[in-house]
Formats: sequence, C-alpha cells, structure tokens
Amino acid sequence: MKFGIVVSEGPYTHQASDSAYNFVKAALAKGHEVSRVFFYHDGVNVGTRLSIPPQDDRQIQAQWTALGKEHDLDLVICIAAAQRRGLLDQNEADRQGKDANNIADGFRISGLGQLIEMSIQADRTITFGD
Amino acid sequence: MSEVIKKFLYVNRKAPYGTIYAQEALEVVLIGAAFDQDVSLAFLDDGVFQLTKGQDTKAAGLKNFSPTFRALGDYEVTKLYVEQESLDERGLTLDDLQDIQYEDEDDDYEEKPSIIVVSRAEMANVMADQDVVLSF
Repeated sequence: MKFGIVVSEGPYTHQASDSAYNFVKAALAKGHEVSRVFFYHDGVNVGTRLSIPPQDDRQIQAQWTALGKEHDLDLVICIAAAQRRGLLDQNEADRQGKDANNIADGFRISGLGQLIEMSIQADRTITFGD
Repeated sequence: MSEVIKKFLYVNRKAPYGTIYAQEALEVVLIGAAFDQDVSLAFLDDGVFQLTKGQDTKAAGLKNFSPTFRALGDYEVTKLYVEQESLDERGLTLDDLQDIQYEDEDDDYEEKPSIIVVSRAEMANVMADQDVVLSF
C-alpha cells in the first residue's frame, strides 16, 4: 500500500512526529511505500537542524534525516507554515533577505500543493496530530 | 491538474482563534481548490464557531479570516457540512452562522446555500463516504 503521511504538531511538545516516525518505519519494514511525509502547522519545526535535544533523549530531526536517507523519503516542509515559524532553506533565506538558513539535511521546503498531490496519489493519507 | 478525482473532506474541529488550526486549514482548502477534486468541509465541535457571523478580531490583534468562507463558492467549494449537535451544545443555531452561498452553474447560476446542517450520525456517513479526510 502507498501511504501519504501528515505531521501536524511540533517535536517534543507533542508525540505526533514520534508516532509518525514509528509508523513510517514499521510500514516500510512491512514492504509498504511511503510516497511523502508532509510537515504542517508546528510540525515544520521537526525540520530545523539547529535543535539541540538532551543527549539522553531521542533525536527527532536526526532520526527523520537518517530514515529519509535510508529509504529515499520525500520529507516536505510546508512553505507557508515554515515562513511564519522561521524555518528557511538557503533559497528562501536569499529571497527574503535573511542572514541564515536552518533546514536540516534530507528535508525540502515546498507548497501546500504537495499535500494535495500526495493525498491524490496515495492509497491512504494518515494524519499524525491533535 | 490531475486525472484522478477524489473526495476530499476537510474537518474543522477547532475554534477560529486561539490556535492557528482554522486559519491554516483554510489555506489548505484554497490551495486544494486548484486541483479540481470533489471537496467538502465539515464543521464540528468548536469548529462550528468558525462560521459565526459578526466576528470582530480587532481587540485581539488577529486577522479576521471569516469573510473568506463566503468566497469559497468562487473556488467551487460548495458543501459545508455543519453538525447539528455541535451547534446545540454551544447554544448556536443556523441564524448565528454566516449566510454562505454559491452560484449553481448547472441551474442557471441560481444562488444556493452552501451550509448543510447534518446530525452527528449523518456526519459519520459523510466521513465514511470520503477518499481523503484531512483533520484540523
């Protein structure tokens, strides 16, 4: 089965991104396909490379980056939600005249159309949120 | 834009202000309208407050996005399901909601109401009938 995944709550504050991560990992292990993971609302904060969680806690961003690399996952951060919350790639930083970017390796920033497209193409769209 | 037409339901469960869910849900609806899918919206729990008329956000310093609901017809988003029990539980009636209409191009562009009040049991059927349910 082809899954599309939505993560709509922020890391550490909420379990949504952990549950999504565990689901994606389990689905892939069972031979399913995950066509895209779309981060929306505070979920976009999963994709900052500047977070420094305590060493004895799970490393949410690093986990996603590693899983993404292993399975060539399309990890998409919503641009409208990201701009509000200060999450930028270099392209956006240049375009908006900001002095830095903070997007983590393996994530990309794109529009809400990616969420709709994902939902059209996937067999199931699953939201992890509140 | 796509040959597949799926039934999309956007479920609005939160009050319009206080959290960003309602506003960012509406942004998804507006972008999604470009994909020519079969779109419905559902309003339940505190989500029914999103459709109330006379919203004034000045004192709170927030953007009042409620007029956008009246423009949804122009985006061919014409089915707004509102749960009766959620209205009742909050002391609201249909008269408290904005008059949201669309022009029916299959019926000489007659203006018709977009809001469809349904019972909780009927809402379950609406949800069961969808291909994609995005909940906010």
